[in-house]
Amino acid sequence: MLINQFLLLGAALFSLGVYGVLTRRNAVLVLLSVELMLAAVNINLVTFDRVVQDGIAGGQVFALFIIAVAAAEVGIGLAIVLLIFRNRRSANIDELDLMKL
Amino acid sequence: MSSLLASAVPFLLAAEDGAKKVFSDGGVLAEWAWLIPVVPMVAAFAIVFFGKRSPLQGWGMAWGSMAFVAVYGTVLFFMNISDGIVYEGAVAIGSWGADGLGNTFGIEWGWMVDGLSIMMYFVVGVVGVLVFTYAKGYMEGDIRYTWFFASFALFGGGMLVLVSAPNLVQLIVGWELVGVASWLLIGHYWEDHENSSAAIKAFLVNKVADVGLFIGAIIIGLSAGSFRFSVIMDVIAEGGGDSTLAQFSFWAGVAIFIGAMGKSAQFPLHVWLPDAMAGPTPVSALMHAATMVTAGVYLLGRLFPFFNTPGFADDVRWIIIIIGTLTLFLTGLIALVADDIKKVLAYSTLSQLGYMVTAMGAGAYTAGLFHLFTHAFFKALLFLGAGSVIHAVHSNNMSDMGGLRKYMPQTYWTFMIGSLALAGIFPLAGFWSKDEILASIQYAGGNYTTAQGGAELANFVLVVAIAGAFVTAFYMTRAVSLTFFGEYKGDGHPHESPKVMTYPLIGLAGFSVVAGWINIPGVIKWFTDALGARFLAPGDHHPESIEISLAIIGTLAAVGGIVAGYFIWFADKDTQQERDKFRIPLLYPLLEKKYYIDDFYMNGIVKPIRGPVANAVDWFNGHVIDLVINGTGLGATRVAKLVYWFDQRFVDGAINASAAATGETGGMLRLLQTGRVQQYAFLIVAGTVVLVAGFIIF
Repeated sequence: MLINQFLLLGAALFSLGVYGVLTRRNAVLVLLSVELMLAAVNINLVTFDRVVQDGIAGGQVFALFIIAVAAAEVGIGLAIVLLIFRNRRSANIDELDLMKL
Repeated sequence: MSSLLASAVPFLLAAEDGAKKVFSDGGVLAEWAWLIPVVPMVAAFAIVFFGKRSPLQGWGMAWGSMAFVAVYGTVLFFMNISDGIVYEGAVAIGSWGADGLGNTFGIEWGWMVDGLSIMMYFVVGVVGVLVFTYAKGYMEGDIRYTWFFASFALFGGGMLVLVSAPNLVQLIVGWELVGVASWLLIGHYWEDHENSSAAIKAFLVNKVADVGLFIGAIIIGLSAGSFRFSVIMDVIAEGGGDSTLAQFSFWAGVAIFIGAMGKSAQFPLHVWLPDAMAGPTPVSALMHAATMVTAGVYLLGRLFPFFNTPGFADDVRWIIIIIGTLTLFLTGLIALVADDIKKVLAYSTLSQLGYMVTAMGAGAYTAGLFHLFTHAFFKALLFLGAGSVIHAVHSNNMSDMGGLRKYMPQTYWTFMIGSLALAGIFPLAGFWSKDEILASIQYAGGNYTTAQGGAELANFVLVVAIAGAFVTAFYMTRAVSLTFFGEYKGDGHPHESPKVMTYPLIGLAGFSVVAGWINIPGVIKWFTDALGARFLAPGDHHPESIEISLAIIGTLAAVGGIVAGYFIWFADKDTQQERDKFRIPLLYPLLEKKYYIDDFYMNGIVKPIRGPVANAVDWFNGHVIDLVINGTGLGATRVAKLVYWFDQRFVDGAINASAAATGETGGMLRLLQTGRVQQYAFLIVAGTVVLVAGFIIF
């Protein structure tokens, strides 16, 4: 089985995600881009699981974990974005420079 | 402490032939006798540090230490009379070089408990405790009260170190301690320039003599192979002949005697003693009775076999006897013209010391030390009595006194007893000891003449000594009549001194009466036996029975002196002062100027040396020492300037530069910190890409 196409798909998705994180101004869209990066990682995990065939399907199990964690992360991330929006009437990441001391 | 006692070496000596007793080692009392010098020394230092805070301002500690010595000394004294103690304890402290012949000298701290030392413990302790009692009253209100008692305890302690020394090195330590303490005490009222000069004079005259002692001690120590008296005595016991000690003994003996001349103030080194009257009266009393001036006589007694054994320094005895005789007569005459009552007593002390030294020179060990013993009591009494008078009259001069008999009865009676004892009137203490000395001189003339013309010299000395007894009685009559009889000439109302001062007077008066009775020739010889307890029997020469004729002649001389004095100063009260002011031409100025000895020392020795030496020292100071100091200062300034420049340019530069570099780097780096998450993320991604690219390419 050729895995190139899967890996290329994963790489493309990851790159898209990175691009989104770096360029989008809207915090919700940044979160979506992060989800894209996680999905790309999941594709890689499942692909290599098929190649390695370790008997316990570790890659697939790990992918399930990541999906679960991603769900939780989105929950918390959206909650943060909501709170920021409520406080500042904006979800524009450019304006969030509070990390500068 | 047990190791200290274990290292103590007891010595037992079998009875010498002729001695009637087996000597004991003194048991535990002798083993612990090291406390005798240590307690007053510790007290002296304790007073310095804690005296002011103690309830009695330090007097208690000083008195207590002396009382301890007095009790210990008294017990030992009576034990010695019955048993005869000879004990030597020693603790090794270190050893001292080699002389090339394989000898090393051990340095030891020790304590001697034999007849001679015990007699001195007794005298220092008993006289000391009485004088310390008296001093409490006399020094009341003194500005340096505590310091005075610290020095006073050091004075007594130093003397006890001296007399307890079983070797010459420790003896010198005690000798110098006494010298230092006397310097402190004579200069006690140092605000007066005269007093501090007197202190320095006493110290320097003693130093001159100390050189003699050092040389003598070095010669004896090297040639005998040890500084220990017991070893030196062993060498002497082997007899003269070719031993190294015998070969050098004449000069060693002369050197040791010069040392003794300093402390015991023998002519012509006596000049410090009258000036030493500058100190407080209790100091004079102790100095003239028990400590300091007795040290020289003690030293002669300690080394007596060395001076008295044929083949050793027995030739030196003729020098000793001549110096002693000169001292006893010439200084006694000066006492006749002094107006200061303390100076009269000081010259009297010189004269009596002359007697002791003469006796030592005549080979009369017991007689000389017996006179030391009795003299200690009545001279302390006379000084304390004079102090009591001075306390009442506030003047030292007899021309301000007179008639004090009515105002100060206790002082008067005790002073009277002291004067009679000093004059040698039967049966007071001075009679017995002076008679013993006269008898011993006669005995030496008759039976003990080794040198040519010895008999003639001894007869001459005997005549001078009897004449000295006349002079003694004469000047004491003068002192008593000018002080206690006639009309009172001073200011204010004199009154009797407090009890703390009169009780010691009464105690000493008691001793002045009875002290002579322990050595009555032919009847009681306790003192002779007690003093004979030595490692080497002293080889004393003295008659066994009383010389009635000599005793009568001596007493007649004393009575003659009193009668002559009576006719001059007593007979007519009204003209007493005029009679005292009568001046014998030629003789009076000579006496008044003290034979010009002080002037000779000042103009003949001190000034010729002081002038050039002072100039040379001044030149040296100005040209050499200042040059060195200025050069050092200048050099230090230059170096400091260089260091300052280096500090400013390089050290500070480096620090400032590093600070500036840090600041600029920080300024550049802070531009990166924008707070924008996306920028950070971009940098992370860029960094990752670079790293991955690096891994792939390389």
